[in-house]
Amino acid sequence: MTENGYHHERVLTVDTMNPRVKEVQYAVRGPIVLRAVQIEKELKEGVKKPFTEVIKANIGDCHAMGQRPVTFLRQVLALCTYPELLEDNKFPEDAKSRARRILQSCSGGSIGAYSASQGIEVVRQDVARYIERRDGGIPCNPDNIYLSSGASDAIVTMLKLLVSGEGPTRTGVMITIPQYPLYSATLAELGAVQINCYLNEEKCWSLDVNELHRALEAARKHCTPRALCIINPGNPTGQVQSRECIEDVIRFAAEENLFLMADEVYQDNVYAEGSKFHSFKKVLFEMGPEYSEKVELASFHSTSKCFMGECGFRAGYVEVINLDPEVKAQLTKLVSVRLCPPVPGQALLDVVVNPPQPDEPSHATFMEERTTILTRLANKAKMTQEILNQVPGIQCNPVQGAMYTFPRLNLSQRAIQEAKEKGQEPDMFYCMKLLEETGICLVPGSGFGQREGTYHFRMTILPPPEKLKIVLAKVKEFHQRFTERYS
Amino acid sequence: MSFLREISPMVRSIHLPGQEVLMSRAARIRTELRQGIKKDFMELIDLSSSDIHSRGIKPISFLRQVMAACCYPSLLHSDRIPADARERARSLLTDSNGGSIGSYPPTGGMAKVRRSVSDFITRRDGGVPSIPEHIFLTTGSQQALTIFLKLLVSGEGPLRTGVLVPVPSYSTFSMALANQGGVMVPYYLCEEQGWALEMEELQRALQAARGHCNPMALYVINPGNPSGLVQSRKSIEEVIRFAAQERLFLLVDEVYQETIHGEDTEFVSYKRVLFEMGSPYSSTVELASFHSVSKGTFGEYGMRGGYVELVNLDPKVMEHALTFFNRDGSGTVMGQIALDILADPPQLGDPSYPLYSQEVQSIKNTLLSNVRRVHSVLNGVPGMSCQPIRGGLYAFVQLHLPQRVIEQAKEAGVEPDMMYCQRLLNEAGLCVVPGCECGQREGSYHIRFCIGVQEEIMEEVLQRLKSFHSHFMREFS
Repeated sequence: MTENGYHHERVLTVDTMNPRVKEVQYAVRGPIVLRAVQIEKELKEGVKKPFTEVIKANIGDCHAMGQRPVTFLRQVLALCTYPELLEDNKFPEDAKSRARRILQSCSGGSIGAYSASQGIEVVRQDVARYIERRDGGIPCNPDNIYLSSGASDAIVTMLKLLVSGEGPTRTGVMITIPQYPLYSATLAELGAVQINCYLNEEKCWSLDVNELHRALEAARKHCTPRALCIINPGNPTGQVQSRECIEDVIRFAAEENLFLMADEVYQDNVYAEGSKFHSFKKVLFEMGPEYSEKVELASFHSTSKCFMGECGFRAGYVEVINLDPEVKAQLTKLVSVRLCPPVPGQALLDVVVNPPQPDEPSHATFMEERTTILTRLANKAKMTQEILNQVPGIQCNPVQGAMYTFPRLNLSQRAIQEAKEKGQEPDMFYCMKLLEETGICLVPGSGFGQREGTYHFRMTILPPPEKLKIVLAKVKEFHQRFTERYS
Repeated sequence: MSFLREISPMVRSIHLPGQEVLMSRAARIRTELRQGIKKDFMELIDLSSSDIHSRGIKPISFLRQVMAACCYPSLLHSDRIPADARERARSLLTDSNGGSIGSYPPTGGMAKVRRSVSDFITRRDGGVPSIPEHIFLTTGSQQALTIFLKLLVSGEGPLRTGVLVPVPSYSTFSMALANQGGVMVPYYLCEEQGWALEMEELQRALQAARGHCNPMALYVINPGNPSGLVQSRKSIEEVIRFAAQERLFLLVDEVYQETIHGEDTEFVSYKRVLFEMGSPYSSTVELASFHSVSKGTFGEYGMRGGYVELVNLDPKVMEHALTFFNRDGSGTVMGQIALDILADPPQLGDPSYPLYSQEVQSIKNTLLSNVRRVHSVLNGVPGMSCQPIRGGLYAFVQLHLPQRVIEQAKEAGVEPDMMYCQRLLNEAGLCVVPGCECGQREGSYHIRFCIGVQEEIMEEVLQRLKSFHSHFMREFS
């Protein structure tokens, strides 16, 4: 107590704050990244280390790793941002026409004005047409498209909509493990029950319906499962599910009355021969009315991945299919609380779904840039899995798609023991040592979920090829040293 | 029928503004006008939001030039972009990962922008130190407010977290609070005293709240939205003392700090006052202050850029707040570019300074002129009164409605000021927001409209409003 008679204890402490917050973790930018940032500072200050730079292979950020933005996209954005440039003849006509169209659909002709919460109508219409083209003509209603601030914003919104109940009626959400920790963080924040469904590592991380049944039965004892989340192509696992698998999942969702959340942000990132992206919506409709009129589906996409890599613009959307009209009204209400998605991002998304056509001036360059980016990624995916598989004690499934590798590590009892003593997960222990000795920042598998007694790390395949080779060589050397040290 | 009808009760409880009804009607009227259907007005004027770009006020050139060059770095060699804009773009690109604004900004925001914002705050507050590490850039102030609500709100029944919220206020915050499941504890601003914040009223609200919720935070909006109040230093000190005494976390929404009308009003930040009050307050009162690029003379809503500055936050709580900032990101790079320029605009001597200061001053002059016209015209209209608008982008005008209006509204099942707004829209083509959407004392009625519009249009609006009001009052007298 002070002389004014009031207390010194803070109002907001770990004890008074929302207890659910304690459960929220996000490994991708978690403690290991904090340490990496610290090390970068130390390097700048001249502290000597066995390496000269920190390589952040923890986050799926293409541009940060040197990938150049796609010219056409940035030209249209620049024109939208500073319309005086429409007078500049250095900009191609096709970029200008798109910019003009976008500006016309913005209030007051400015991308600084608010847009409708659901997103600019013209953009939603363009997205709908893109989806129709992608899915071989299956109709898409623009009214079912909700633009968002990256896919993450839409995913969190949908999960909010799905979570309700108390005790045994509390919403359970099935998620394939390993998963992208946005899901686990959000489920923890919302107090939903996370239902883990393990992907089969021995079979290239494929999804087995029996595992879905097992997880569902077990979960029904203590919660009410309402939804199933699938990430395809997978993050962190990189698998691209077969069409058959997608049909199985849809059938399962129909039988068990589950809402399907299909995270398809990596849909253009497919590399392995024999692998193909099948959109959940397309498969659903091709399975006929028994399913296509019944199964409730939300499909997510974003401009942060694929060939664009435009994470900094925060653009994305969700398409909702077969949503009950009353539920849809609630969704519309919910998005209005967070005002509107960033308008430059909406403009960017519009150009992505409206790329230059063969008869337009920018077509050749656009296609060349797009192809180069995707080809490079495919080469890096292949190189990564080949090199890592040469290391005794590391097993790496094929990187069929997405932007990551999630190899399995054999760790000795001694290493596991020392980790325990330090209060760390064994793969966190491993990754921390890797960081301190090589400057390479990865994310431990424990951040994504994995079968008990197995250890992994997630590394991106994004550094430029020469650098990636060096990174892989260093990981290889480190693993050998680590194995010897803890044998 | 979908099982999803069991939808989360919190989602169901969010009351969508009745404004939606007015907006759909406005959209229909616009369509009818386009179809050539005759009305008593040539065009619809929508003053319901504070979005100045939507009304033709132009973006600030320097800002857009820097952004364009950041989007498309070939412009760094173009003389269509002035040298200082190019220089600024270069430094922002250098600060971006991989030299591209398409990369994820780091948690908390781009280092250069955080530093600029920190320096801005220090300068604004007459030297009171500000630390970049306590500043978090976000997708606008609403996102930052939401993160704080996530941290603060929990508990069941009478222990449910309560937040004191001013009346009048704006619906987005109340919706966000409902969305999080928090209890809104209203405290009424005193209209007769220019919408002043009175300590007795804060005390009353707090006492009333205790017992049915756990009040943990006090939300203040300064300059006020929609009230237009700009708090004096003395008033701010009183609020700070109150928060300290009653153990309330201060959520201070200062997004209108750039929008002050006239030379005789001064904005002073809560942080500055807190610091200058000295110990024990300065080292103990917990404060989160919010700002954004959506208001002021920038009006860059669509860019979604803002920040929160944290004062005296528990370091352990900070670790958890960080997880949200990590997961939800620090917003768009475009928004951060806008913040950088807000914090560090062109200076005297810079090539862009003359145009920049002229554009900013022109908007400020327009706003001041509009404020004066609103007072001058509407305070002369019988049945209307308007408190001084010292800051912000809204006029919140009281309607002294006859008993017959109130009765008829009751029969129709709408609030009297909503009925007024519906009639105003249909008969005069003006779209404004009824006071019932913002909150007001029982038995009082208001309309809210934005003053961020070109002067000729403001004049047109005031004439239509004046004319409509006279007819309306005659009809119901």
